[in-house]
Amino acid sequence: MLLGRTAGGLFWMFRYLERTENTARLLEAGWHMALTRDAEDSNEWQSIVTTAGMAAAYDAKYDEYNPTNVINFLLRDRDNPSCVMATIGLARSNARQVRTALSSEVWEATNECWIAFKQALARPVTERTLHDTLTLIRNRISMVRGALHGTMLRNDIFAFSRLGTFVERADNTARILDVKYYVLLPSAAFVGSRMDNAQWEVILRSVSAERSYRWLHAGDTNPRGITEFLVLDARMPRSIAFCIGQIQHYLGQLRQEYGTEAESHTLIERLADQVLTRDIEAIFQIGLHEFLNDVIRDNQTLARQIEQDFRFYG
Amino acid sequence: MAETKTLSITHVTTYTYDAPVFYALQQLRLIPRTGHGQRVLKWNSTVTGGTKQLFFTDQFVNHSELVRVDSGASRVEIVSEGVVEVEDRQGVIGRQTAGFAPLWLFEESTPRTAAGNNVRHLAAQVRQETEDASEIDRLHHLSRAIAEAVRYEKGQTDSETTAEMALTAGQGVCQDHAHVMIAAARHLGHPARYISGYLLMDDQVTQDASHAWCEVWTDALGWIGFDVSNGICPDARYVRVATGRDYADAAPIMGIRQGAGGEDLHVSLQVQQ
Amino acid sequence: MTNDPSCFDEMMLGPDRVRAPYQSYFDWFSQDDVKRLRRKAGEAEAFFRRIGITFNVYGQDEADERLIPFDIVPRIISAREWARLERGIEQRVRAINAFLHDIYHRQEILRAGRIPKEIITGNAAFTPEMIGVSPPGGIYTHIAGVDLVRTGENEFFVLEDNVRTPSGVSYMLENRETMLQMFPELFQRMNVRPVSAYPQLLRRSLSDCAPPRSGMDAPVLAVLTPGIHNSAYFEHAFLADQMGAELVESQDLRIEHGHVAMRTTQGYQRIDVLYRRVDDAYLDPLTFNPESLLGVPGIMDVYRAGNITIANAPGTGIADDKALYSYMPDIIEFYTGERAILKNVPTWRCSEEDALAYVLENLGELVVKEVHGSGGYGMLIGPTASKKERTAFEAKLRAKPANYIAQPTLALSTVPILAKSGLAPRHVDLRPFVLASPNRIDITPGGLTRVALKKGSLVVNSSQGGGTKDTWVLGD
Repeated sequence: MLLGRTAGGLFWMFRYLERTENTARLLEAGWHMALTRDAEDSNEWQSIVTTAGMAAAYDAKYDEYNPTNVINFLLRDRDNPSCVMATIGLARSNARQVRTALSSEVWEATNECWIAFKQALARPVTERTLHDTLTLIRNRISMVRGALHGTMLRNDIFAFSRLGTFVERADNTARILDVKYYVLLPSAAFVGSRMDNAQWEVILRSVSAERSYRWLHAGDTNPRGITEFLVLDARMPRSIAFCIGQIQHYLGQLRQEYGTEAESHTLIERLADQVLTRDIEAIFQIGLHEFLNDVIRDNQTLARQIEQDFRFYG
Repeated sequence: MAETKTLSITHVTTYTYDAPVFYALQQLRLIPRTGHGQRVLKWNSTVTGGTKQLFFTDQFVNHSELVRVDSGASRVEIVSEGVVEVEDRQGVIGRQTAGFAPLWLFEESTPRTAAGNNVRHLAAQVRQETEDASEIDRLHHLSRAIAEAVRYEKGQTDSETTAEMALTAGQGVCQDHAHVMIAAARHLGHPARYISGYLLMDDQVTQDASHAWCEVWTDALGWIGFDVSNGICPDARYVRVATGRDYADAAPIMGIRQGAGGEDLHVSLQVQQ
Repeated sequence: MTNDPSCFDEMMLGPDRVRAPYQSYFDWFSQDDVKRLRRKAGEAEAFFRRIGITFNVYGQDEADERLIPFDIVPRIISAREWARLERGIEQRVRAINAFLHDIYHRQEILRAGRIPKEIITGNAAFTPEMIGVSPPGGIYTHIAGVDLVRTGENEFFVLEDNVRTPSGVSYMLENRETMLQMFPELFQRMNVRPVSAYPQLLRRSLSDCAPPRSGMDAPVLAVLTPGIHNSAYFEHAFLADQMGAELVESQDLRIEHGHVAMRTTQGYQRIDVLYRRVDDAYLDPLTFNPESLLGVPGIMDVYRAGNITIANAPGTGIADDKALYSYMPDIIEFYTGERAILKNVPTWRCSEEDALAYVLENLGELVVKEVHGSGGYGMLIGPTASKKERTAFEAKLRAKPANYIAQPTLALSTVPILAKSGLAPRHVDLRPFVLASPNRIDITPGGLTRVALKKGSLVVNSSQGGGTKDTWVLGD
């Protein structure tokens, strides 16, 4: 037996953890670019903020995109409700709400994660300390994930936690691709400028996929390959296809455990059908932007349906 | 043998909601009890648009029910009907009490029956005017004084109106008359309680609201009923349904509803012999 | 360590004379390295923060979750001392349950004139809706936390009965857990009675009070919390977790088929016993405060229909009233026919003219408390109050004397804490936790020792700078 509110708390706890990690990863991509480029390129920092979906809030506060402002805005700015400190706070507050459903290891890892972030982000982060800060964030969140996998029963509690992770991740990957979709159109391959190469690198890095991509594609970096990898390659744990597969899996587990079929089961099958049965040519034919928008919208609809089917709210 | 009457009562309460209800509860105190000169020969209540959840007796031994409005309903109809045989005891209910509620509980004022300046003044005046009279005569005098001070006028007060407010405004309905009498009687040192119930009217069968009056404790006779609005002590035309310290305890229906939107209440009542 | 000779120290009788219950601990302590112990104390704090044993300070945001300071020197009680306390507490809790039943039924104690009517009629916690209600099992206070203080070798006093919603049991359990982790060798050396059975006993005790249910199903228990912003949220979650009950909030509950039911992922499920940590006034907006968002509309009706057990029962707060407290010896005698085993602190009821005069005359030596107050707020500690504070309080007293009682300032016993300079005596009290069910009363050996960390202070409340200690009851 699981309270609907608890299921919702688990779902959101893991959405926020995933979101926190994604923001940190984006910053890492930006930082890497700053290291490898000659001069400070404010365009790239701007692109990071745009990709994070925080451009409006940023522009309201700052006139220019410089690394210090961007880093601190994304990590710890009280004016930014989506900064890492805010989302980890929401993750933890959801975890407190559902702590009777969590193993003590998962709760403690989450609580320690928040305590560690609070210390690390108490003062402004500089370009010099950024690397260490991002490493800490990644490690701490990995510990929560490790505790989850190592100590939690594989029951409905686990399923709702994982659903939160993958709904958020699918959304994140689709958004990153959509923000940069114009550099991923096949025609972009012919442009072949240095700038596009860098853009592709940012995309891959922001989903931690640069190494696995190179490993699989032996260095042949082209937009079609990248898009296919991030949308359709079910081996890649941040691809849209992988996320959908996982959502399908955990909804299936709930169907089995509860012995009932819900509307969200229909929706995920439809979404899977729309993504997994297509090849990359078909996607470019629909239009990458249109395709991604459909995925983002349908994923949101699915999330709302899950809320309803499993009575997250009264 | 005192005069008795057999009264048939049909009490229909209809709630209409602006928007379908998500979740709402209604606490009903609509079932009369046998005793104190009345005998319930037959009683039946039905709810459409809602479901009865449970039955309990409250601290004043009122028969109470909890109804949950069906989710999605935009209309609830509560029909409470039956036949009661009533004996004329000229308002005297007596000393015996049902349940465990102690007499001192009826001495304590409640938010609706707190004596303000006007109530205190009225009580003092009555006390002065009836210095040599018996307790019972004094209470009759008080009842008349209240009827004079608070003109019967519908639509000027509501269920939240306090005794002091009604007396200050100089108008109100039976509920306000009962509250003022309770407040003043308590101020004079008498335990007093609120009664909700039904009244057979001489000139009309169909009524648009149920009735209310009060009972005051005297050392000589125990509880005695006073219907300030009609200037008499309850007789065989009166059916007691619920009692309490004030309206809030004895209200026929108390509800709570989640969500916004207005509601409309309609009462149709028939009392006949 | 130097003792204040005017009060009783539970460890040291003199510079080199250790009281028997502490001998073994003292020997261990003397051989150990104070630096190591201080390091351990630091570890304990990190441990508490990690598992999140914090309390929120009202009106402040999440950043202000505070830790209650923990001191690593245990408070030790001998088997013999405990046996006497146990008998006294059990007697008190039995009498209070009988009193509550009587007050909400025939009120024989008022008819007999053993306590004045005004104590009840003027008591805001008296709940008319409880009149005539017989809770399943006849239990009103299922969980009590009787506050005791000690002033000498054989002198124990009950300070408060806390029969409404005693808190702090999670600290008792976590303090022990911490001590076991930090000093396993001590527990091998000394025969300390365990406290860990408490959650299971609580579960059993509450289940024994469940309304009758058809079939063989075990009763469904839930803990009702006001939510994560409540100062005791940690404890609510902890207890629910430890006894295997759901932790529910107002928004999870509604009335279904005549029962209180909680919303699960698969629909509504009925609850048989609700251990609520929400105050009476907020429990049911249909019956009590209509503005409440923390309660369950209709739950009082379900309760009166006999379809749920609410622990503790609504209206038990009447027995926490400090004016009523002064009659507790009479109450115990009236319902048990025995003399009270545990002493009451002598109490002046300021509602009485003579008492008020005495209190005003001797304000400098007395502790004056609000009749309905708790948490150490709204009180005056005469000996430590400034002249200005005393004058201000005098005015309040004169304005509403019936609102106050006064007691002598007790020389609370001390137990050492580990201070910078080594062991240093500090004043303590003790809150043992009591579980009452129709068949038995269980008192967990130990309880929560609260300690005033400031030298000389008598205020042990956590909200005002108090800390806690593990409490050891020794086996025979």
